[in-house]
Amino acid sequence: MSELITTDLVDLDVKATERGEATAHLAGLLAAAGRVTDLEGFLADVAAREAQMPTGIEGGIGIPHARSRFVSAPTLGFGRSTAGVDFGAEDGPAHLIFLIAAPEGGDSDHMTILSKLARRLVHRSFREALLGAGDPQAIVDLVDKEVLGK
Amino acid sequence: MKIVAVTSCPTGIAHTYMAAESLEEAAKEGGHSIAVETQGAAGANPLTDEQISSADVVVLAADVEVRNRERFAGKPTVVVPIKRAINDPGAVLDQAAALLAAALAPEPAPTAGSPPPPARVGGTPVRAEHGPSGATRVRQWLMTGVSYMIPFVAAGGILIALSFVIGGAQIATKVNGGTFHGVTYPGVTDISKLLAQTGVAGVMFKIGGIAFSMLVPILAGFIAYAMADRPGLVPGIVAGLIANAIGAGFLGGLVGGLLAGGVVLAILKIKVPKAVAGIMPVVVIPLISTLIVGFLMIAAVGQPIAAATRGLTDWLNGLNGSNAIALGALLGLMMAFDMGGPVNKVAYTFGLASLAAGNQQVMAAVMAAGMTPPLALALATAVRPGFFTKPEREAGNAAWLLGASFITEGAIPFAAADPLRIIPSLMAGSAVTGALVMALHASSPAPHGGIWVIGLIGKPLVWLVAILAGTVVSAACVVVAKGLGRRSLATPSGLAVESRKVAVAG
Repeated sequence: MSELITTDLVDLDVKATERGEATAHLAGLLAAAGRVTDLEGFLADVAAREAQMPTGIEGGIGIPHARSRFVSAPTLGFGRSTAGVDFGAEDGPAHLIFLIAAPEGGDSDHMTILSKLARRLVHRSFREALLGAGDPQAIVDLVDKEVLGK
Repeated sequence: MKIVAVTSCPTGIAHTYMAAESLEEAAKEGGHSIAVETQGAAGANPLTDEQISSADVVVLAADVEVRNRERFAGKPTVVVPIKRAINDPGAVLDQAAALLAAALAPEPAPTAGSPPPPARVGGTPVRAEHGPSGATRVRQWLMTGVSYMIPFVAAGGILIALSFVIGGAQIATKVNGGTFHGVTYPGVTDISKLLAQTGVAGVMFKIGGIAFSMLVPILAGFIAYAMADRPGLVPGIVAGLIANAIGAGFLGGLVGGLLAGGVVLAILKIKVPKAVAGIMPVVVIPLISTLIVGFLMIAAVGQPIAAATRGLTDWLNGLNGSNAIALGALLGLMMAFDMGGPVNKVAYTFGLASLAAGNQQVMAAVMAAGMTPPLALALATAVRPGFFTKPEREAGNAAWLLGASFITEGAIPFAAADPLRIIPSLMAGSAVTGALVMALHASSPAPHGGIWVIGLIGKPLVWLVAILAGTVVSAACVVVAKGLGRRSLATPSGLAVESRKVAVAG
């Protein structure tokens, strides 16, 4: 199974300030890494999910996500924004953005990894470590350690 | 406390698990035990029967429908949007604790007259259900059925009333056939010719009648739904349809709905092998429960009602020629007893027969006594709005028109929600009205129409005074009876509890 996240899927200084732009930027990283086969199609799936209910969570987190047939492997794209991007959370913009891409027919192993990731996101210690990470490799190491237990 | 929870979101890959983790962490912190079923993409981890049966309270954090929700029927349940469980899991558990405390308290029930307004915590609607004392639960079930029925009463009743206004009271006879004020109409058998033969008024009358035919099925169906959730709906609605077919009226529907809910709850308790469990909700439960309830309704309820109807009719015919005032009072009592049910039908049919025999006074008494129940409730909701729920107050507004049009069914929502207080009150006023009409010799050559046939009424002023007197008597009785039964409500701080299904309709 491919890695959930690699350094080229991390951007510690997301410039975009609008939800759609920020999501498209991270999705572009996934497409460049070959995790997403059709950028437009994937973004449409993410937008459809976002339209059902904004994915912002209190504590400065946005989790745009989708199960999409344009995703080849379960993947996490990570972005950090100093200015913040509004993901519809009541307490303000998101500084941590997790783009979760799941293959549509993903088997339960894939889904279990993503469910573990989701569970870690609610832990303040995990969020703070991600906010404090100095470089993309630190992010990857954190995710590997917390989610995959490596 | 012991908690079972279900989390569920549209995609099933993120929020479902975040909410589960949040609730688990908060429970750990608060010293509670919790088992969470995540209805997400990573495969099933269903709660066991053991976990559910030993749980004190249920938390449903979901933005999409929770699967197999009927497992939790009867448990105190907190329903919250999934984000609330992620953002503030501690508050959700506090809410569950308060609900549990309320459910365990000796008198946790909403006041007899009015359940509290829908609960809102932190700007988010919160729906909760709980299992308080027996009488209160029955009342909540009845209120649920009533709240779904009221729009049918309003839509159907107002359409019928308007058809009288537009087409004259004879429109009913034009559509259904029969004799009105000396003119005989064949009726319309082919509904596609309705517009051509009876005009817009006839069409409105027909639509209103069809909407009315759903009163009892909706009442029965949603009483059963309140008790047993979705599996209750089919046997409940069928029980209501049978109540219609056997002429059992809304009281028959009330019995049928309670019966259906009880039967489904009993079936849900039966443990079945895994292989069968999958088809239980779709095939087995509807089939078995509908068979049992339908059979009971036809065999055990239908036959006694038919026998009682015959007996009552014979008895009433035997009274003919005795004291007219007592007869008027008796007819009044009967008209208000079940509002379209078998007893009411016997009295009304007696009025029709008297009319055919040339006695117009009996018809005037029957019609007046059938007008007072909705009018009295309209008056009662106007003078004491605090004694009634919001849907009841709205039904009260429509009841002015329904009562004036001799559409006694306008009173059913009130009577079905609180039969023991409302029905005797309405009978008292209708008896006064019936007796007064007979005593003062008002007469009506028309079998229906209410205020819209005032031009045909003999001694119209007397007739109106009789209606007014009965209306005031009934309204006074209703207000006194409602006042007697009121209790103060101890609401846990920050939390109001309501019957979940009432909220859906209200």
